[in-house]
Amino acid sequence: MLAVEGVRVTLGDAEILHGVDLAVASGEWVTVIGPNGAGKSTLLRAVGGAVTHHGKIIIDGTPTSALPRRRRAQLVATVAQQPVVPPGMRVLDYVLLGRTPYIAPLGRESAQDLSIVEQVLDSLELRRFIGRELETLSGGERQRVFLARALAQGAPLLLLDEPTSALDIGHQQEVLELVDRLRHERALTVLATMHDLSVAGEYADRLVLLAEGRIAADGPPAQVLTEELLALHYRARVRVIAGEFGPIVVPVRLS
Amino acid sequence: MTTLRPARLSLGWLAAGVGAVLVALVAGVALGPVTLPPGSVAAELLNLIPGVDLPSGLNERETAIITELRLPRVVLGLLVGAMLSLAGGCYQGVFRNPLADPYLLGVAAGAGLGATMAIAFRAGAVLPLAAFAGAGIAVVVTYLLGVAGGRDRSSATLILAGVAVSSFLAAIQTYLLQRNVDTIREVYSWLLGRLATNGWHEVTLLLPYALVTTIVVLALRRELDVLSVGDTEAASLGLHPQRSRMILLAAASLGTAAAVAVSGLIGFVGIIVPHVVRLLAGGSYRSILPLSLLFGAAFLALADLAARTLIAPGELPIGVVTAFFGAPFFILVLRSTRRVSV
Repeated sequence: MLAVEGVRVTLGDAEILHGVDLAVASGEWVTVIGPNGAGKSTLLRAVGGAVTHHGKIIIDGTPTSALPRRRRAQLVATVAQQPVVPPGMRVLDYVLLGRTPYIAPLGRESAQDLSIVEQVLDSLELRRFIGRELETLSGGERQRVFLARALAQGAPLLLLDEPTSALDIGHQQEVLELVDRLRHERALTVLATMHDLSVAGEYADRLVLLAEGRIAADGPPAQVLTEELLALHYRARVRVIAGEFGPIVVPVRLS
Repeated sequence: MTTLRPARLSLGWLAAGVGAVLVALVAGVALGPVTLPPGSVAAELLNLIPGVDLPSGLNERETAIITELRLPRVVLGLLVGAMLSLAGGCYQGVFRNPLADPYLLGVAAGAGLGATMAIAFRAGAVLPLAAFAGAGIAVVVTYLLGVAGGRDRSSATLILAGVAVSSFLAAIQTYLLQRNVDTIREVYSWLLGRLATNGWHEVTLLLPYALVTTIVVLALRRELDVLSVGDTEAASLGLHPQRSRMILLAAASLGTAAAVAVSGLIGFVGIIVPHVVRLLAGGSYRSILPLSLLFGAAFLALADLAARTLIAPGELPIGVVTAFFGAPFFILVLRSTRRVSV
């Protein structure tokens, strides 16, 4: 579904990514982890087309350099780390923005666009919020609305940049379970970034550890979440305990 | 069948807007030093439509007052109000800033300098041209500076460039004024705005630009809704944010420059009308823009009516009227709607 080959990204004068290779299979959930400043968000933004890059990014068999913007938006949907909440916009109109890549430049939403949005709203149990202004929703409700807009895009590849960072532990689980359910229902491929390592490992098929702009480890959670790797790249002292859905990472104090 | 109702221009509000324009039109033509019966005025106005011939009961002199004197002025007021409000709404959307008004990118300072030069150099005949050229040059310079200064072409860089260009032009204008103190009164009266007409001359000057601006801005009104999520997200939805912004700003600035060239700097309309519309009819630009056009037109035509009748035979500067009546009305709307939404 996605192939990233030798991708370099320079922001300002600093090179953030120094040649990243990554492949994500169709239907797979891959989560990128790594310390602050490792380039996780930058990698996602390169895939989403929000920053310019050198190297190759191939989505669904087509290099992104050959994808017109609208077509790309039909293939990749992004939930930003902190999406902009437009003042005064109702939930329904916000979710409908997701249909933009399908609406002709001077056109309006078709009946099909509306029915797709309706189905997404029902699937995420957002029907009762459609008339509310987005600003008035709680953090967990908003995150579901952000997700709904991305799903309305109908793109097979979903990019989630820190989808749970603003949420409490219960809502984190709720949102991630929802993403996992939707992934199976809609055959989505998910590429996410996450800070919480245990949670990242529980939901992803594969983890990619990014450190200083390079891939330091790539594999099933149990292979990536090891005390050695985390000590080396995070400078963290942790205990890794085997859990039911993946390793549980517990920070311990230095003696 | 779906029951979802996306934000679109509602027929009720559209009818209200058209109604407001018609009321302003008839009232503006009927009232003045000679008061004409509104029914007769309406009949005369309908007679202007080819193929319509209604008895209005007005004599030749009264018909001439309508078609030669009042109607051009009312139509000019409608057009200027429509342009300023539409451009204001457009600027607010493009910059995602509720304080944006159509003069933000140097239009006012450029037009002001152009007009001051025309007056100071005793070339009053070319004043509209000078003001239009000044406004156009100012916006183009602002845009070039903004693009050159900001690698990301962000809207903040553009606004800063507008501030710099405005200050620079205002400095030249102040210097010119100081060297030609005898023209201060005339320049000042232009700066406050006025809708003086010489037959249909001003209307025909403004009309082509007004049409272009209206068509372009209204055609792109949905893109303004998409731009409200910011450039990065708008791009991820398949839009070219910079391109959309440039087209919208160019169109809005063109309409503003043309309006300013024939009417001077009428303040307040471009910022207040879109806000009132937003508060009353919802926050989508798909309704804000067309309704700003209609209500802005009606508001300015009525403000001009007040300007020329309140202290008749004298005339108030229209900018004074728009602020004097507009500000309290705006506060009233703010207080009576549920909450402040910008």
